[in-house]
Amino acid sequence: MTQWTLDPETRTTEPASLPKMRGENVNVFYGTKQALFDVNLAVPEHQVTALIGPSGCGKSTFLRCLNRMNDTIDIARVEGEITLDGRSIYDPKIDVVELRAQVGMVFQKPNPFPKSIFENVAYGPTIHGRASAKADLEQIVVDSLRKAGLYEEVKERLHEPGTGLSGGQQQRLCIARAIAVAPEVILMDEPCSALDPIATAKIEELIDELRENFTIVIVTHSMQQAARVSQRTAFFHLGVLVEEGPTSEIFTSPNDKRTQDYVTGRFG
Amino acid sequence: MTGYLFLTIILFSLAAFYVGRSAATRFAVAGDRLAVHSRPIYHGAFAAIWVGLPALVLVLVWLLFQDGVVRTLVVQSLPPSLTEGASSSQISLFVSEIRNVAAGRIFAEPRPEIAAAAERYASWTVLANWAMVVVALCMMALALFLARVRISPRYRARQSFERALDIIMISSAALAILVTFGIIVSLTYEAIQFFRLVPPTEFFFGLNWEPQIAIRADQVAGTGAFGAVPVFTGTLLIAAIALIVAIPVGLLSAIYLVEFANRRVRGIVKPILEILAGVPTVVYGFFAVLTVAPAVRQTGSLFGIAISPNSALVAGGVMGIMIIPFISSLADDALKAVPQSMRDGSLALGATPAETITKVLVPAALPGIMGGILLAASRAIGETMIVVMAAGLTANLTANPLEGVTTVTVQIVTLLIGDTAFDNPKTLSAFALGLVLFVVTLCLNVAALKIVQRYREKYE
Repeated sequence: MTQWTLDPETRTTEPASLPKMRGENVNVFYGTKQALFDVNLAVPEHQVTALIGPSGCGKSTFLRCLNRMNDTIDIARVEGEITLDGRSIYDPKIDVVELRAQVGMVFQKPNPFPKSIFENVAYGPTIHGRASAKADLEQIVVDSLRKAGLYEEVKERLHEPGTGLSGGQQQRLCIARAIAVAPEVILMDEPCSALDPIATAKIEELIDELRENFTIVIVTHSMQQAARVSQRTAFFHLGVLVEEGPTSEIFTSPNDKRTQDYVTGRFG
Repeated sequence: MTGYLFLTIILFSLAAFYVGRSAATRFAVAGDRLAVHSRPIYHGAFAAIWVGLPALVLVLVWLLFQDGVVRTLVVQSLPPSLTEGASSSQISLFVSEIRNVAAGRIFAEPRPEIAAAAERYASWTVLANWAMVVVALCMMALALFLARVRISPRYRARQSFERALDIIMISSAALAILVTFGIIVSLTYEAIQFFRLVPPTEFFFGLNWEPQIAIRADQVAGTGAFGAVPVFTGTLLIAAIALIVAIPVGLLSAIYLVEFANRRVRGIVKPILEILAGVPTVVYGFFAVLTVAPAVRQTGSLFGIAISPNSALVAGGVMGIMIIPFISSLADDALKAVPQSMRDGSLALGATPAETITKVLVPAALPGIMGGILLAASRAIGETMIVVMAAGLTANLTANPLEGVTTVTVQIVTLLIGDTAFDNPKTLSAFALGLVLFVVTLCLNVAALKIVQRYREKYE
């Protein structure tokens, strides 16, 4: 196995300015159709980066490149370079399974496994052998549920099916499940689009807390959400990264006309 | 005669349809569109059903009872000298003789009483048939009149038609249930006859099965023993071997087809796999006897193992191949029904495809897979042709797959082939075996249904 996982020593010695993840000249094709054109984007560590843009603009496609989930689509082809801590993740020597353990993902629709709440969270740590003893595993599960802000609500029924929770709780369960693997980056693909406003507020609050320990990239359709939770925003349009920068700048003084039209609600 | 009557009913219904439709068309065209409740086609259909359905039911009921009534009348008209003190079976003999004579199948000169009765029988039957035709025609005419009177712009023919359709669908469902019920009743009745002759304790717990007892005094036959345990264990042994072959192969091929095979491979492999289900079982039978059994025997003799020519291994193995498609196609459906989001969720946590399959997909699809396995199991237990050809005839209480065993279905076939007498435990034991088989496969099917229902779509 390649020594892909960086040990903490080398990580601390890296310059703070180095982005956690970076895409350089990323082109993505679905069959003959090109979905992304020369995207260059850096994802800084311990910040929330929001990807916004109208439907079909390629923001989800870019997100799925970051943990190689596009590999599961037969006709998808990715060109260019994407790095995690300076290492290319499309390097043939990279183990995609380990990559995904480091770059976790939360999906648009809550997708808990048809198992108990406990088993849902324990799934990742078990397959990666993170816990040697049963007590360790329990600790990881409880910690993850706590970090996802779900523990107090479900502590009485850890062994009931995760599918029995409400939509918002299910989504937090999915976040807990991702946290339990101890990733460095968490990708979120419109995590609130299937939720009501109260559940959305809880998830947004949670995202802000998670920033402390994880680097987060979130795709969202809601510009208010991007403004509320993110530090940096990237605006995609028709497969092109139009503009990216600090969220406050993108929303108040965008350079590009298209960005301005979009964030002021003129289209999209 | 009845054939023409059915044809007449259909023609009358068609005529009624046109009458109803044209009547409705007239006011639909003339009147205010909103005031007309139903479209003409519903008025037509309504009239057709009113004309056709009652007449059809009448004719069917009539046919059901006509013969019984005529028979009773004829028996009553027989001179008392014949019927006095005659047992019911003697009367049945008379009746069948009368029927034969009436149908012109005369083997010897019939007695004058019988000939006279046959004449009466024939004439009454003709009379009854004509009466049926007349009553049916009158009924249809009356129904057509009533339906025509009711057709008006505000008449809700659409709802009436719906209701009539409801009734038709309910009767179709009821028919299936009635047939099942009839099978159960006839099986149970004969099985009870059997248990009058042989105690149930012997049948269910006896270890010796030699049912080929003589039904004529001059036959050479067994002494008669009806302990069915070796037959049941033989069935279970063969079914178990079949499942041991079919479950891994079926399940793994389904997983391969759903999760790994590309579209082209899938397009080739899946139909071929499904052809297995289309091969006639008799072909599997001689494949087992002529190809597999000698090969297995030779292989065994290489290692110095004696294998019976009709071993459970061969019958079960070939049966296992036959039921692979049941498991693979149901598992295939179940796996495909697991949402893509489950796969994505697992892969995004850094699980390998194999971990995703064993830990997420198969558990999520388990109800469907279990349903397939139970269906295959009940098929294996009830399968007849392969085991008749490839398994043994002698009941042998063993768990050794290299020996010959017999199964319930094989025994039923051999018991009912050739001369059969229905007051003989040999024949009746077939019904007891059939009842047990029926109950077991029914239980398996019910269990399969329950499992599938209980756990269905828990992942949504």
